[in-house]
Amino acid sequence: MGQITLSKVTKRFGDVSVIPPLDLRIEDGEFVVFVGPSGCGKSTLLRLIAGLEDVSDGQIAIDGKDATGVPPAKRGLAMVFQSYALYPHMTVRKNIAFPLRMAGLSPAEQEKKVMAAAQVLNLTSYLDRRPGQLSGGQRQRVAIGRAIVREPQAFLFDEPLSNLDAALRVNMRLEISELHASLKTTMIYVTHDQVEAMTMADKIVVLNAGRVEQVGSPLHLYQNPQNTFVAGFIGSPKMNLITGAEAAKHSATTIGIRPEHIATSTTEGLWKGTVGVSEHLGSDTFFRVNNTGLGETIMVRAGGEVAIRHGETIYLTPDPKKIHRFDDKGQRL
Amino acid sequence: MSTQASRSAARVMLSPAVISLLIWMIVPLVLTLWFSFQRYNLMYPERAGFVGFYNYTTFVASPDFIQAIVNTLLLVLGVLAITVIGGILLALLIDQPIWGQGYVRILVIAPFFIMPPVAALVWKNMFMNPTNGLFAEAFKALGLQPFDFLGVAPLISIIIIVAWQWLPFATLILLTALQSLSSEELEAAEMDGAPAHKRFWFIILPHLSRAITVVILIQTIFLLGVLVEILVTTNGGPGTASTTLTFLVYKQSILNSDVGKAAAGGVVAVILANIVAVFLMRAIGKNLDA
Amino acid sequence: MARAVTTRRKTLTTVAAWGIALLIFFPILWMILTSFKSEETAVLSPPVWFWFDWTTENYATVMERANYFRFFMNSVIIAVGSTALGLVIAIPAAWSMAFVPGAKTKDLLMWMLSTKMMPGVAVLVPIYLIFIKLKLLDTHFGLIVVIMLINLPIIVWMLYTYFKEIPGEILEAARMDGATLRSEILYVLLPMAVPGIASTVLLNIILAWNEAFWTITLTTVNAAPLTKFISSFSSPQGLFYAKLSAASTMAIAPILIMGWFSQKQLVRGLTFGAVK
Repeated sequence: MGQITLSKVTKRFGDVSVIPPLDLRIEDGEFVVFVGPSGCGKSTLLRLIAGLEDVSDGQIAIDGKDATGVPPAKRGLAMVFQSYALYPHMTVRKNIAFPLRMAGLSPAEQEKKVMAAAQVLNLTSYLDRRPGQLSGGQRQRVAIGRAIVREPQAFLFDEPLSNLDAALRVNMRLEISELHASLKTTMIYVTHDQVEAMTMADKIVVLNAGRVEQVGSPLHLYQNPQNTFVAGFIGSPKMNLITGAEAAKHSATTIGIRPEHIATSTTEGLWKGTVGVSEHLGSDTFFRVNNTGLGETIMVRAGGEVAIRHGETIYLTPDPKKIHRFDDKGQRL
Repeated sequence: MSTQASRSAARVMLSPAVISLLIWMIVPLVLTLWFSFQRYNLMYPERAGFVGFYNYTTFVASPDFIQAIVNTLLLVLGVLAITVIGGILLALLIDQPIWGQGYVRILVIAPFFIMPPVAALVWKNMFMNPTNGLFAEAFKALGLQPFDFLGVAPLISIIIIVAWQWLPFATLILLTALQSLSSEELEAAEMDGAPAHKRFWFIILPHLSRAITVVILIQTIFLLGVLVEILVTTNGGPGTASTTLTFLVYKQSILNSDVGKAAAGGVVAVILANIVAVFLMRAIGKNLDA
Repeated sequence: MARAVTTRRKTLTTVAAWGIALLIFFPILWMILTSFKSEETAVLSPPVWFWFDWTTENYATVMERANYFRFFMNSVIIAVGSTALGLVIAIPAAWSMAFVPGAKTKDLLMWMLSTKMMPGVAVLVPIYLIFIKLKLLDTHFGLIVVIMLINLPIIVWMLYTYFKEIPGEILEAARMDGATLRSEILYVLLPMAVPGIASTVLLNIILAWNEAFWTITLTTVNAAPLTKFISSFSSPQGLFYAKLSAASTMAIAPILIMGWFSQKQLVRGLTFGAVK
């Protein structure tokens, strides 16, 4: 149904290669998240899949059929834009009905499907309003409704939550995940927020400067990052990456240890340092440790409330089973 | 979005505009160029032939030509001076807190929307007519002899008429530019102790400089082509006292049947316009991302 | 400025501004007043200002002559016709430049604007001869095409600036929703661009109505608009001052009113973005 394959897909803008040859396979029904820093090409990749941009080279296949030259309208995909891109001069009802109108459905059929989508998304009381009269979250839902109603092979989401405030973002995240659970349609989701990626994805594609750094399930990426980029990108706060003598002790150029895998003690431990800035969230405490002789400030996370003060001496012991080792090219050892 | 499909669609969608403008530009200009090198008189069509630059030399050598160039320069510079300086002052005045600013704007804008024949005739008949024009009445009331504006000072009269028509344009543009000047800059200068005239020279005028440039260049292009106002009032006279280059070429085109000479004149007019256009294009090109 | 201005200063500047404004508007005012005078009153010396017997006989006389109506209608036909034709050509062009820009788009736009700077006199003879040959002289069609061509750069330019204000993503959404190019423009772009199109239409009608070079040189009787009609009275015979004033007032009234509403469009359309 919604199986998408990218073979050697390349994108150049003039002389600049934005996406070097890329291979990717997305299975039907998967929730795939493209994640990466700004400018890594994730939105470009999404637009290539949507057909809004031409590939410079390579092939895109949807359900085994070559879709590389097919115009966006005919690919059977639906897209939710970052700015929602609702038609401001049409009511919510007409917005959602638009794709059906383009497909030539009768007004009666249009109304039926619009109502169905509106019910799923709690939009029934807003059907006669214009987008300008809706809140951000409501507009989001209209954009999703417009996509659902097309019954596409796959949904494409382009950073849909970045324009919402934090609380709304958490709610919408859940709603989208639930939508996926009920529709079981393939969803490709682009975001720069690795928390969204970790919580929503079946499969995460980490991108950096157009290259796929790693593909895998959230847990797999967390536990087995293939290179220092993925190691530092996934997980918040970032994994501590240490080079130099300490790394050499583990026969690696760089070692990594996550803040949550470091035990602390005021009396004894492997590394000694002074406490710098600390953040007390109640549920966790994050603090930075300086002067460890390791060349880096170490970020440590402890559960619960820890009574530790700026300038105090502290001892850190990393869990030896959770130390990641990387070679001089940043690849996992 | 740029796919091959959308790019080819774009090319198709552009073509009517591009093709029609291309034809409109090229065909007549090429013909004019062709005629200018021909000896072609509609009254003696059998005596046609290539004559090189003959038309150009006769056109440029005729005494009318020098007069026309001088008149053109006087007209353009005269109108520019009146409209730019007047426009700045008017814009500054209208920008002040006054009651009924909207209505003032409407009154000041009006002359620009009057079609040239009407504007010219109003001034000719109602004001400048030495028998019963208002100016004549005013002079008589002061015990002076009425002044025959269009007969004695034709070019100046036309400058007045054209300046009256274009002052609103300059004012509107400069007022728009003035209103985009943030009041904070002016207030800061005031706090720094700058008096009003210094604020004008060092803050307001530089801010307006781009608008002034645009006004000058755009107006020049249109002023070079002024025709109806002359046609309807003085017909270029007396003699050639109010004949501009454009009017000269027009007269040659319509009144004489010497197509070759008229064409040569036309080419000269194009060259003149192009010189101005180059400067205008550069000024516009700098901010064509609108 | 948030500072309070003294009432005295405000009064002085108001008086000055209104004074100058009325001075500038005076010729128009005088013409309108004259149109309501009888011919004798119009040429009274010293002139009368407001206190005379107002009459509408001039308007009646001018309108009775079937000619006037024809000239008026010709102005309407040319203004509306050239605007409509211009829109048909310009909307697709502006769409491409705004939504599928290329490296050459800016140059193309500049070139289009430069065609407006070609002096009419330079091409008067060839155009005139071509028109005679193609039997287009003194026809509505010929004049509509010419007026459309000279204003096309401005129409394209204005539509371009308005289209650029529309987020391209909305058109992309339409494409994803299955819209063809025609549907995209008809059902999404144009409804959103209505204010911009209205502004463009307004400005173009004004420019076409007031155009006084080609409308005079390329017409004689049939397609002659008001510009030609009025300019034929450069020697005062046939119509006298009061009636000429009435004819003139009717000729300028629609445009004067439209002009008052289109100040912003004027700035946008005729300064090509250099002034904001």
